[in-house]
Amino acid sequence: MSHRFTPDEVSGNADIGLASLLLHHEIDQLNVAYAAALDDKRFDDWPEFFIETGHYKLQARENFDQSLPLALMALESRGMMKDRVYGVTQTIYHGPYYTRHVVSPARVMSQAQGEVCAESHYAVFRTRPGGAGGGVSEVYNVGRYVDTLVRVEGKLKFKSRLAVYDSEMVLNSLIYPV
Amino acid sequence: MNAPIILTAELSRWTLPGSSRVPFWVYTDEPLYQQELQKIFYGAHWSYVGLEAEIPNTGDYKLSHVGERQVLMVRDRVAPKDRGIDDGIRVVENRCAHRGVRFCQQARGTARSFVCPYHQWTYKLNGDLAGLPFKDGVKDGECVNGGMPEGFDLKDHGLTKLRVATLHGLVFASFSEEAEPLENYLGPNIRPWLDRIFKGPDGTRKLTLLGYNRQRIPGNWKLMMENIKDPYHPGLLHTWFVTFGLWRADQKSRMVMDAEGRHAVMISRRNEGGQAEVTEGVTSFKADMSLHDDRLLDVVPEPWWRVADPSHPGRVITPTVTMITLFPSLVIQQQVNSLSTRHIVPRGVGEFDFVWTHFGFADDTPEMTQRRLRQANLFGPAGFVSADDGEVIQFSQDGFRQAGEANATLCELGGTGVEATEHMVTETLIRSMYAYWRKVMSV
Repeated sequence: MSHRFTPDEVSGNADIGLASLLLHHEIDQLNVAYAAALDDKRFDDWPEFFIETGHYKLQARENFDQSLPLALMALESRGMMKDRVYGVTQTIYHGPYYTRHVVSPARVMSQAQGEVCAESHYAVFRTRPGGAGGGVSEVYNVGRYVDTLVRVEGKLKFKSRLAVYDSEMVLNSLIYPV
Repeated sequence: MNAPIILTAELSRWTLPGSSRVPFWVYTDEPLYQQELQKIFYGAHWSYVGLEAEIPNTGDYKLSHVGERQVLMVRDRVAPKDRGIDDGIRVVENRCAHRGVRFCQQARGTARSFVCPYHQWTYKLNGDLAGLPFKDGVKDGECVNGGMPEGFDLKDHGLTKLRVATLHGLVFASFSEEAEPLENYLGPNIRPWLDRIFKGPDGTRKLTLLGYNRQRIPGNWKLMMENIKDPYHPGLLHTWFVTFGLWRADQKSRMVMDAEGRHAVMISRRNEGGQAEVTEGVTSFKADMSLHDDRLLDVVPEPWWRVADPSHPGRVITPTVTMITLFPSLVIQQQVNSLSTRHIVPRGVGEFDFVWTHFGFADDTPEMTQRRLRQANLFGPAGFVSADDGEVIQFSQDGFRQAGEANATLCELGGTGVEATEHMVTETLIRSMYAYWRKVMSV
């Protein structure tokens, strides 16, 4: 015979379900805000998604899978991220391009001691207006985000964001963060 | 016979004297590119395929390329008596002798033998054919059906085996029996700079693999060789180099080449950076630039940087950067604490893959490993001083493509000669490579 929930149990499960729904929603909102900042080229906003000692790493899957430490970009503080932004906006010569991030709903993997571990999938399309590539949109970088999030003054921020990309080849260069 | 006359007409296509004006068709002509594959990549040259450190154990293999041909670098079994003279490194083509299948589809792994999935032809690690199904036919009562013809010998049907030569853990291969010994191929001018990085002071240096970065660049493969034979651009294109003094025209530097002019080393010593005569009017120089987090450029000198100066016996020299180009397809980088090999894999006349393998040394402290990894942010497809190289190569190729037969690049900084120099204000290494290229290609 199936178990009948008592009214208390029903509301308890609903609380848990609601808390989970809210957390997933909150992470999804963070992810779309992060993607929008990059796709809108508001690069100065990008480090602010991280805590001051936050880490950002963009790494080829072949390195990740073999536990090789090399990354395409490996930044260990918000300061380094600002240095990257300076590179993006001032020093690295490149043909300008648009990115368009499509990010899947987040999957919360674990929660403990105020940290949330979550993953999501992403695809980034690149369009180089006018010049090289003839303006065609192409699949640029595809992978998954492996994130550790913490709450700062009520808002979720990245303690670390690792983007592991499947795409074996970078299409020439990669200037903007993913 | 008319054929030689037609050939002569084609040979006169490079109409300009010397090698300081490189015609655009050198980068865009498809039939010429096919000849380059034959004469250069599959001809009497040595091509880099990888590091021994990538295949440390017996049976380990990894896929690599010589030109467009995919090969396997393998560590074979070696009998105990041969271990002093045979490092067991083999390079075989990834193409089944039966029906031409690229039988290996794993980028790396460990194998006891290689089996083609199509008809299970089985090869030893060294490429010998070990066996195949139904070689002696299939019994049907008294008779035997099928089987290989009389005289079929396994020995005649192995994988294509390349010649292999190793130097301090670098692995080179050649399809050609004509290629001179690697030692001669590299030559005495280049060798000390390879020894400095790979041999180490006591000759037993072991490398540690840090990982890979790969990029696909829409340009002719030679443009990447030129980029690393061109000391003119780094202090202009790359803000970090000119601003932080990592590479710029007022540094003590030297351009070295082998006797043929095909390989080169650009050697330099870092200065303090900042404002100077050479930064005047250089728009990429950023006088006020400083790092928010200077760990990105936490340079710590290493004892092996300092070596006896090969050009001036009795003196010592302490470069902070050596950029080595080994024709046709390898770049070796030491830029302060960052070390990598960069492998050029051509894909048609207008595209190549560029594979970066970063490494350190087995005796590095964890702090040094971390430092090498941090400085890797400067290099590779996203690097502060490398991402833009791929970009300008693409835009060069675009420019070549839109112009006609008569146009040429101009490489005359420092004149039109092909001599070594004690400064970097020169394009001599590009000229010397094209002098050699013209000879090999008979154009």
